[in-house]
Amino acid sequence: MFSHTLNFTRTAASALAILAGAVITGPSFAAEPVQGGTLSMILNPEPAVLAAGVNTSSPVYTVSPKIFEGLVTYDPKFKMLPQLATSWTASADGRTLTFKLRPNVKWHDGKPFTSADVQFTFMEILKKVHSRGTATFLHLNAVQTPDALTAVFRLAEPSPYVMRALAGAESPIMPKHIYEGTDPLKNPANSAPIGTGPFKFKEWQRGSHITLVRNPDYWDKPKPYLDTLIFRIIPDGAARAVALESGAVQYGTQYVVPLNDVQRLKSLPNLAVTTAGYEYNTSVNYMEFNLRRPTLQDRRVRQAIAHATNTDFLVKNVWFGFAEKATSPVTNKQADFHTDKVPQYPYDLKKAESLLDAAGFKRGADGTRFKVTIDWSPSGEMFRQTAEVLKQSLARIGIPAEIRSSDNPTYLRRVWTDNDFDINIYSASNIADPVIGLQRFYWSKTIQKGVSYSNGSGYNNPAMDKILEAAQIENNPAKRKAMYAQMQKLVMTDLPNIGLLYIQWYTIYDKKVKNLNTTGLGPYDSFSNVYIEK
Amino acid sequence: MGSAAQRTDGSRLVRFLARRSAQAALTLLAIVMLNFLIVHLAPGDAIDVLAGEFGGADTAYLEKLRRSYGLDQPLYIQLFQYLFNVAQLNLGFSFRNNMPVFELIMTRLPATLLLMVASMLLSFSAGLLLGVFSARRVNTFADDAVSVLALLCYATPLFWFGLMAIVLFTVKLNLLPGNGMYTIGANLGWFAAALDVARHMVLPACSLALFHMAVYTRLMRASMLEIFGLDYIRTARAKGLSQRRIAFRHVLPNAILPMVTMLGLQVGSLLGGAVLVETVFGWPGLGRLAFDAILQRDHNLLIGILLLGSALVVIANLLTDLLYAWLDPRIEVA
Repeated sequence: MFSHTLNFTRTAASALAILAGAVITGPSFAAEPVQGGTLSMILNPEPAVLAAGVNTSSPVYTVSPKIFEGLVTYDPKFKMLPQLATSWTASADGRTLTFKLRPNVKWHDGKPFTSADVQFTFMEILKKVHSRGTATFLHLNAVQTPDALTAVFRLAEPSPYVMRALAGAESPIMPKHIYEGTDPLKNPANSAPIGTGPFKFKEWQRGSHITLVRNPDYWDKPKPYLDTLIFRIIPDGAARAVALESGAVQYGTQYVVPLNDVQRLKSLPNLAVTTAGYEYNTSVNYMEFNLRRPTLQDRRVRQAIAHATNTDFLVKNVWFGFAEKATSPVTNKQADFHTDKVPQYPYDLKKAESLLDAAGFKRGADGTRFKVTIDWSPSGEMFRQTAEVLKQSLARIGIPAEIRSSDNPTYLRRVWTDNDFDINIYSASNIADPVIGLQRFYWSKTIQKGVSYSNGSGYNNPAMDKILEAAQIENNPAKRKAMYAQMQKLVMTDLPNIGLLYIQWYTIYDKKVKNLNTTGLGPYDSFSNVYIEK
Repeated sequence: MGSAAQRTDGSRLVRFLARRSAQAALTLLAIVMLNFLIVHLAPGDAIDVLAGEFGGADTAYLEKLRRSYGLDQPLYIQLFQYLFNVAQLNLGFSFRNNMPVFELIMTRLPATLLLMVASMLLSFSAGLLLGVFSARRVNTFADDAVSVLALLCYATPLFWFGLMAIVLFTVKLNLLPGNGMYTIGANLGWFAAALDVARHMVLPACSLALFHMAVYTRLMRASMLEIFGLDYIRTARAKGLSQRRIAFRHVLPNAILPMVTMLGLQVGSLLGGAVLVETVFGWPGLGRLAFDAILQRDHNLLIGILLLGSALVVIANLLTDLLYAWLDPRIEVA
């Protein structure tokens, strides 16, 4: 009973304080950042290491950019902002990129940051050990260092997408003096990193938490504003909701709680939910077809199945509004590449049935045409639910479906190594540029057994290859956009896969935490601007 | 009892221990080999998992990773390499966690042991007291009430009880912390820190203890009722001893033997069975680590934990046998 009274008093007091604060300070942008404070964030699952240069999984991407920085960062409109590079120029033919580096930057162990670190990072780590870097920086022949504060990138071919892949999360600059001569994958510094970023590594208690402390020698004084960042590892969804509700943590991102819990948490007085900050980190829910299967080889069959997906229902009941219908394989957040002027497949069961009949798969005596299996990515319950909705729809057009559930390694092996699937439901990020995020699904050269999230459908179309390869080295943005428009039209006609939904990530945070979305990187930002209001 | 007899007893014990140790070593070897084979039967390996988390890589990169971790070797070579390492007490390297397996297990072991011991003590003592209580009031309302309670505790899903406890004690009443092993970032003196851990341990230990408490209760009750019917208890009653004295001095010490067996068995199940509790409460123990190792196909780590668990069970069995011999003079170690 006493604690009830306490709770009420606390709520009343904070309500009054907010009211008073609103009256006194006026518009919120007039507030000065407050120095000090501890921010507790949820991290799930536990990362393998803390250096994004050697591991590109999502939890690493959340911790690493606080410790390591990139040459640049990006605002919500993808405009480049200086970070470790203060200015940059590109040559007319797109084959030379010159970066002027920031002076007087120190690594966390006190050694100076120089162009040698940039050269080492790109040539020895990102080109060799980063899962995407080998493809992104394929044409990077050398990084020249005429002086300690200049780095010159020499490219064999113009690579317009390189300029979009330089954020601290995607291409962190790592210290040469720590990694030189070692195997980057096994270097113990991956678990106790030394970077140039606003926060230094303090401790990692496995299974419990990771603690980062303020870097007092950070180049961007007086930032960072926070004293301590604590990443708490909480494996259970309900426990995470409790942690947010009780104020034990003040920040959670990307499916931190079950979607149906979000509304409840949103209505709490101390919490807010935002969908901003995910411009750099988009996600599209795809339904992929295995083109090796005889039943799926006719385009009309795939179009029929596309007509049988009720995306409105999925948005409302599976994603609780945190998604929107996809009109093409490119997310609508990438205005530089997205186009709507492509064939669409609205939910229409009659049309689906007539397409199937036309393709020669008439209903048999028992009312069925042929069987399919549906595999779904174990990375989210939503994909299982999507599979179940799809199964219902397919049953109505005479296609009985079997849903196969498995754990992650089994699923990955089944789809991308054994190619043993009919329909695959999963999500993938477009990342910063179609070359890095999208090409892998449609290029014949990325049909690679054993590589997950590559071209699993087996789509092999010389026309598509030509468009992709031309767009990869096209420097003129307008021409590039036209090429990718062509590519989207081709995908929506041939349907090796179809984008079902653009997934909307969200962040739940305590209202007292400010400046969370000053860049377009959201949770993958360095958090140097973030502060906690008193 | 002359010194000659004592020497015989002592050497008998030594021979017993020697024989059991040899048996234990063979058992552990068989367990390691079996676990190794079973774990590799599941499709996918650690590199598949890593590749999935990266969101894609290319074949050459993955091949390089496989070679670097020795995963491209044939299975029997990997097995022999592993056994060779284990013989030197090297449990291998967990690629997933970038740490030696032994070190990783050691960081999580104290949390597991703490939770295990606390819940075992709780369930054993609560089960014992409730069992005695209901056996002494057999066929009354109190006895039925305890039976229903035991059934409820047995049938209630562990994770549901844990979540409900969190909702009640953490969210609504704000009495106990609902997550983790200690308050992070608080620099407490050793006594305050111990108290902090104890507070964090209340809910998880109780959740874990409930199921086994039910088993102990029923077991104790049945055991006591069986002994109540024996001749020497009738003699004690005829002698005029009080019911209380009979129950606690004559029946209980004999009824406790099956409970000791149960306790020995519980050690094995607790190591793995704590996964649900550790997940719900975020307790950094070995159960959760093993579960994650399976999903990540981290073979070295998984087999390391299984090896540890097997060793614990073997030792627990040994101690149970010794304890039996000490408790019951009719039983000898041979």
